[in-house]
Amino acid sequence: MSNENIKKVLLLGSGALKIGEAGEFDYSGSQALKALREEGVKTVLINPNIATVQTSEGVADKIYFLPVQPAFVERVIEKERPDGILLSFGGQTALNCGVELYKSGVLKRYGVEVLGTPVKAIIDTEDRELFVKRLDEIDVKTIKSHACDNIAAAREAASELGYPVILRAAYALGGLGSGFCDNEEELNRLAEKAFAFSPQVLVEKSLRGWKEIEYEVVRDRYDNCITVCNMENLDPLGIHTGESIVVAPSQTLTNSEYHKLRALAIKIIRHIGIVGECNVQYAFDPVSEDYRVIEVNARLSRSSALASKATGYPLAFVAAKLGMGYGLFELNNSVTKTTSAFFEPALDYIVVKIPRWDLSKFRGVDRELGSSMKSVGEVMAIGRTFEEAIQKGLRMIGQGMHGFVFNKELEVSDLDTALREPTDKRIFLVSKAMHQGYSIDQIHDLTKIDKWFLYKLQHIVDIDRRLSDCAGIETLDEALLREAKVYGFTDFQIARALNLGKKHNMAEASDIVRQLRKKLGIVPYVKQIDTLAAEYPAQTNYLYLTYQATAHDIDHERDGRSVVVLGSGAYRIGSSVEFDWCGVQALNTIGKEGYRSIMINYNPETVSTDYDMCDRLYFDELTFERVIDIYELEQPKGVIVSTGGQIPNNLAVRLDKHKVPILGTQACDIDRAEDRAKFSAMLGACGIDQPEWSALTSMDDINRFIERVGFPVLVRPSYVLSGAAMNVCSNQHELERFLQLAANVSEDHPVVVSKFMMHAKEVEMDAVAQNGDIVAYAISEHVEFAGVHSGDATIQFPPQKLYVETVRRIKKISRQIARELNISGPFNIQYLAKDNDIKVIECNLRASRSFPFVSKVLKINLIELATRVMLGLPVERPSKNLFDLDYVGIKASQFSFNRLQKADPVLGVDMASTGEVGCIGEDTSTALLKSMLSVGQRIPKQNILLSTGTAKQKVAMLGAAKELIANGYHLFATGGTSNFLDQNDIPNTLVYWPTDHDEDGNPLQPQALDMLHRHEIDMVVNVPKNLTVRELGNGYKIRRAAIDLNIPLITNSRLAAAFIHAFCTVSLEDIDIRAWDEF
Amino acid sequence: MQKVTLTLSDGTRFHGLSFGADKAVAGEVVFNTAMMGYPESLTDPSYAGQILVLTYPLVGNYGVPNFSVEANGLATFMESTRIHAQAIVVADYSEQYSHWNARESLATWLKREQVPGITGIDTRELTKVLREHGVMMGTITLDDEPGIVPEADYEGVNFVAKVSCDEIIKYNEGAGKRVVLVDCGVKHNIIRSLIALGVEVVRVPWNYDYTGMDFDGLFLANGPGDPNVCVDAVEILRRHMSMTSKPICGICMGNQLLAKAAGANIYKLKYGHRSHNQPVRLVGSDRCYITSQNHGYAVEASSLESDWEELFVNMNDGSNEGIRHKTKPWFSSQFHPEACSGPLDTIFMFEQFVTKL
Repeated sequence: MSNENIKKVLLLGSGALKIGEAGEFDYSGSQALKALREEGVKTVLINPNIATVQTSEGVADKIYFLPVQPAFVERVIEKERPDGILLSFGGQTALNCGVELYKSGVLKRYGVEVLGTPVKAIIDTEDRELFVKRLDEIDVKTIKSHACDNIAAAREAASELGYPVILRAAYALGGLGSGFCDNEEELNRLAEKAFAFSPQVLVEKSLRGWKEIEYEVVRDRYDNCITVCNMENLDPLGIHTGESIVVAPSQTLTNSEYHKLRALAIKIIRHIGIVGECNVQYAFDPVSEDYRVIEVNARLSRSSALASKATGYPLAFVAAKLGMGYGLFELNNSVTKTTSAFFEPALDYIVVKIPRWDLSKFRGVDRELGSSMKSVGEVMAIGRTFEEAIQKGLRMIGQGMHGFVFNKELEVSDLDTALREPTDKRIFLVSKAMHQGYSIDQIHDLTKIDKWFLYKLQHIVDIDRRLSDCAGIETLDEALLREAKVYGFTDFQIARALNLGKKHNMAEASDIVRQLRKKLGIVPYVKQIDTLAAEYPAQTNYLYLTYQATAHDIDHERDGRSVVVLGSGAYRIGSSVEFDWCGVQALNTIGKEGYRSIMINYNPETVSTDYDMCDRLYFDELTFERVIDIYELEQPKGVIVSTGGQIPNNLAVRLDKHKVPILGTQACDIDRAEDRAKFSAMLGACGIDQPEWSALTSMDDINRFIERVGFPVLVRPSYVLSGAAMNVCSNQHELERFLQLAANVSEDHPVVVSKFMMHAKEVEMDAVAQNGDIVAYAISEHVEFAGVHSGDATIQFPPQKLYVETVRRIKKISRQIARELNISGPFNIQYLAKDNDIKVIECNLRASRSFPFVSKVLKINLIELATRVMLGLPVERPSKNLFDLDYVGIKASQFSFNRLQKADPVLGVDMASTGEVGCIGEDTSTALLKSMLSVGQRIPKQNILLSTGTAKQKVAMLGAAKELIANGYHLFATGGTSNFLDQNDIPNTLVYWPTDHDEDGNPLQPQALDMLHRHEIDMVVNVPKNLTVRELGNGYKIRRAAIDLNIPLITNSRLAAAFIHAFCTVSLEDIDIRAWDEF
Repeated sequence: MQKVTLTLSDGTRFHGLSFGADKAVAGEVVFNTAMMGYPESLTDPSYAGQILVLTYPLVGNYGVPNFSVEANGLATFMESTRIHAQAIVVADYSEQYSHWNARESLATWLKREQVPGITGIDTRELTKVLREHGVMMGTITLDDEPGIVPEADYEGVNFVAKVSCDEIIKYNEGAGKRVVLVDCGVKHNIIRSLIALGVEVVRVPWNYDYTGMDFDGLFLANGPGDPNVCVDAVEILRRHMSMTSKPICGICMGNQLLAKAAGANIYKLKYGHRSHNQPVRLVGSDRCYITSQNHGYAVEASSLESDWEELFVNMNDGSNEGIRHKTKPWFSSQFHPEACSGPLDTIFMFEQFVTKL
């Protein structure tokens, strides 16, 4: 029975999305809140991540957009006086915060009970030494590990164990500061970094090449245990599980192996005393039944979110109920509704998870995969053959791949090395090796991937060969066509194999294959995920499509009373939880208006792929082929393409051509906004200004263009060789260097060059229009000047420093554009503003990244409004507008540079942030302080290192420097900056660059890098002089060291000035603790 | 691979390809939702007379281990000395396998033992048909030889007699307490589990009259088919129970025989329990267990005599999962504590039995 004394519960969220801690915690938190609400318990949520679903109206009773940090949480506890607290739904952030609150006695002082797993058990699993001791007590093998408090001890431990060894930082997110060392030199390097994050570093014998297996285990307070799911990594041990391709259930384990590990997992969870959910990770010997326990996570995790989606078993929901005191036997299986929650799901499909990396966005980043995580998102593919699932998955990651075969050729200098030292491209290199005739044994030796997976992948290559051997579509054998579809080939892949692209464009070619197979009755079938492999009837709406089938599990109504919403796919830089929020709001509105909502999406980290959120969930691809498949089956009223970011937006035109009703703004108008030339012509015709631009195909043309407009220019190659996709070039040298490095200028691959405006403000218009008339809007301004990608910029809403005239003009132009494009639905326009001179940068006829932020600050749900518009319902203009607000919202960006070894942590026109927060305050400074603290900035204690870029940027920082001095800070500054400060009578200490030496070649003292390494600096402001030269110079070394040593870094002068002003004028104690509804 | 057709008695047809022995067979078509353990399942004598459908689509991945037999006559990795299922039906047979302990592929093994295997079947749809209609008889025929349609019966057939041993076999002789094991089609892991607890096991044929033997406890093993045809076994058991209060434990068929001896009725489930994930609850407690099961018949608990009670119930459908005598050390489970394949959570049943000896 549930604990009657718990009437109000505080749940800690995980804050901004970052590498290692992403959308999965929005999902788990939302589920937990749902479970508590069902119990009639009042819920209080602390989470500064304003783009999440859990921070939406009606999910929790009180929502605080505040940092998940002990000081803030304590003040919320003091105010709210909750009876209980949930620590395991907000990732490592919430767990660490909770442990601190426990240790400092705050929880005891306020009588707050930790629900679910006791804190002692959490500590047992988090502290490596304790963990090993606890498992020793029950004779469970762990990886022999030496806890070391300094580098010398680490060296000693490593030589005792023998290289290779693995280094792990204790108490760190998903392997932060961890890695393999083959020799002492590598150990020295890694250990220094690890100690910057953790006082304790663990040295362990490496078990590279072992299998990695995970179990998700649940235990209630009556000691009943189940394992909900097991998973097997395709990539062997040595690659972080977040970086691995993972299958569920395990594929290469025998019954004896599966159950041996399962029984161990249960033994462990009982001994440690988990109440709720945890995962147990094993290293498993590929040639015996020997094992080691790698780690136990005493909380919901990325794996548990994946396991929930893979099985249909709602782990977080159940864990929350168990935390409230229920036994598993008292809960129902939420899929079948009739059977018990005490059971272990039986799958009748295979699930493949594939990570999504965005390493190309970062200069200099180390691409090799290892024991720490770099991926920014993941996809989950479901099929009834492994080949089908993995080919789906490889398409879903959205990096232009068509499956395992028929992709664009990858160039590598040494294939053997590339297979041995895995990068984000490895799976495609396995394909390349197979095409080049490498044997399975060879590939296995190089990659250590279990041969079973390789045989299956080889099967795909074999089908590819047989298809390619066909003379043409006329001679294509029906059985082979069917086989190709069963094993995950798209119409596109088949068309390409049959060389149909020669006579037709690929869209037409794919369509020829589609028509043929439909004629032959080769179509996909809809299957349910029902947790019991069809053993019991289930009314589940959780669906996927497969060709390994002969019948549908469901009937399709085809009554035009359903609406399909296309989701946003894998989280990646530029598209993440904000579009999940938009999708969920659209689903809610569709339901509210009496239609059946249908979601198509494949991201296991999301709330939109929770089958509770819609009437039907197709956990499947967002390719044209699959969307049309579903459209033809469902015959809905229409499809919404504007709430899922760019993926659905890009499908609009092709869907429209196939007579799929697009709800809201019409496809031809979307095309007019997306097509640069058409959009530009339209602006010209309307007399709306835009930065001058041209698409150019030769260096001469580029030079001529620049002669006319002058430097700096923004250069966007259409075909990217390597590195970032676009860049600002300030002079001829930079331009040539960038084009040489990154782009291939030719007739086929034009480069778009546009005039870049310096020191201009960037302003965003987020709005909803109906039949070309704006119904509601939100104007926000960037703190940084143009040049920082809008996804990385700090955004202020409502704008505090825009001229009234600027706002008026922006409204006018927006109205014009809305009318011209006949917009019905959400849209976003980005503007440049300089001295009331307004230029349009771009326009998206879809919801933008900032929709949840402005909706929540404005307290008007713009997506609900937009969805009503798209459904063709009348809408009323909201009575309030942004000028009525007597508070300020600040959206700040979260960067994950600490995960991306060697990447230059500097911001530019390409987006680099992995997440964001949005906090509300009574003025800009309070809101900014809350936001900046939420994304990992800290108020410095004493010493600040300044290198503030160009003269103009130095001037921008002058006031801030004075404020720092007035507040007792000590400034350290590099050459030019020090000089400038001296000239302005600002006391400072000169520090030298790493390359500054005296005549004898000794580094000059004091030296900036040394000071960082000695942790004598509390904050670094390092503003690069320009936006292109980012070679491994001094600035890079300082910035990188700050990141690696976990010292707060700001690289933009306007943001630095604003932050400094904020913490110099507002003290932590002054920060108001107000819930969202109290503003 | 030859084309084959699975035809259910209601006329429903599924077309697939043969990867095992190319021959026509008939049997009762049943499904199992376990995700691994095909070598154990195929050699489980309880599948005698049945065509086994696996709902997990990928089968054959880890091949088949060496079919070696230990000095005591028990198979090292298998549950009996041969395949007992009539045929195996899967969605996507894995032609290549990968495992350090594998000696051959599933296909090679099936062919050697002359057992058909078919792949390419929508086993989920097939399962749904069986679930809605109840288990049915079915045939597998070769499309090239459509005329060869074998016939078979399931209900009323004494499969126990077909799979039980012919004579007494002793294990762990002289080890200590002596247990008579009534072999209705015993899985080897039941014997292994008893031996591991240090008892001597005397395995006797299903209809063997052990009432005159000298032993400390009686163990009633699992077995295939309808317990109502095992009249002899029940009769001997009743006689034994009237003579002595020595501990009795039963598994699966053993549970049903004990229940019959306790006066209860047996009925046929619509489509049985065959999986690794059946939840059972210890009656009158908060303790629940995940169990491995393989049975088509169940005990009607309400018909138990008054000095008996239910020990476990199934948490999904409320069916009986075990019984016990209110005063005597007689108890049994419908599920398989010996697992193989499946979870080992209820292995304590053996300990409880042995400590009572």
